[in-house]
Amino acid sequence: MGSGNRNRSRRDALRLAFAAGAALVLAPRLAMADAKAVADEIRKLYGDKPQSPGKIKLDVPQIAENGLVVPVSVDIESPMSDADFVKAVHVFADGNPLPQVFTFRFTPECGKASASTRMRLAQTQNVICIAEMSNGALFSAKAEVKVTIGGCGG
Amino acid sequence: MANPVPRVRVPAQAKAGETIEIKTLISHEMESGQRKDSAGKLIPRQIINKFTATFNGKMVFEADWFTSISANPYQSFFYKVRETGEFKFTWKDDNGSEYTAAAKLTVA
Repeated sequence: MGSGNRNRSRRDALRLAFAAGAALVLAPRLAMADAKAVADEIRKLYGDKPQSPGKIKLDVPQIAENGLVVPVSVDIESPMSDADFVKAVHVFADGNPLPQVFTFRFTPECGKASASTRMRLAQTQNVICIAEMSNGALFSAKAEVKVTIGGCGG
Repeated sequence: MANPVPRVRVPAQAKAGETIEIKTLISHEMESGQRKDSAGKLIPRQIINKFTATFNGKMVFEADWFTSISANPYQSFFYKVRETGEFKFTWKDDNGSEYTAAAKLTVA
């Protein structure tokens, strides 16, 4: 009798675990952005202006254990003088529900075009950075972050 | 939600010409508008969408934040010291509220 009860409770526990697993798999996925959504956002800002590689140091972890809090730093090579400075830096994530992450606006007062914050990443994805210089030139950089636990779930 | 509490770290003194790092943090849930409550209803978005820093009234740094920014948002940036004065930091909430903090900087 005692062992029967134990079996039953173990069976129940297993059943529960399966149900929970199935619920996770079957739950409707939220619509996610993709590389095209990011490209569209960039086009909205700058049209089809060409972007050059370089100048940007985009600092993100290769592997993020917790997608809820992923540190992100940008550091753009620039003299940050009144005549030549970094105007804006945009960061996008191509696997989040919405592609925009942030826009930083620098001034020559900053001394250097470097800033950090923390972002949520729902899954493994690319982080894309666009920097706009005071003369209008655009630079871009991209980095992949592997996420082991997503940051945008319910 | 509890009232957001801003925290800023600015060196009290610096030399003219020096570039200093400013660190800020504010307690805020940054509700993304993507989550559902226990009844399955979408929780409406409420985030801080803009952070600005000025020194003696002059714009230094500004950030637009979107829903992908983590809860209790952290922001750091740099400032090239020129004169003695005061930083003012402002965080703008989706609900129209503004949270502010100030910090004095003395040129040694």
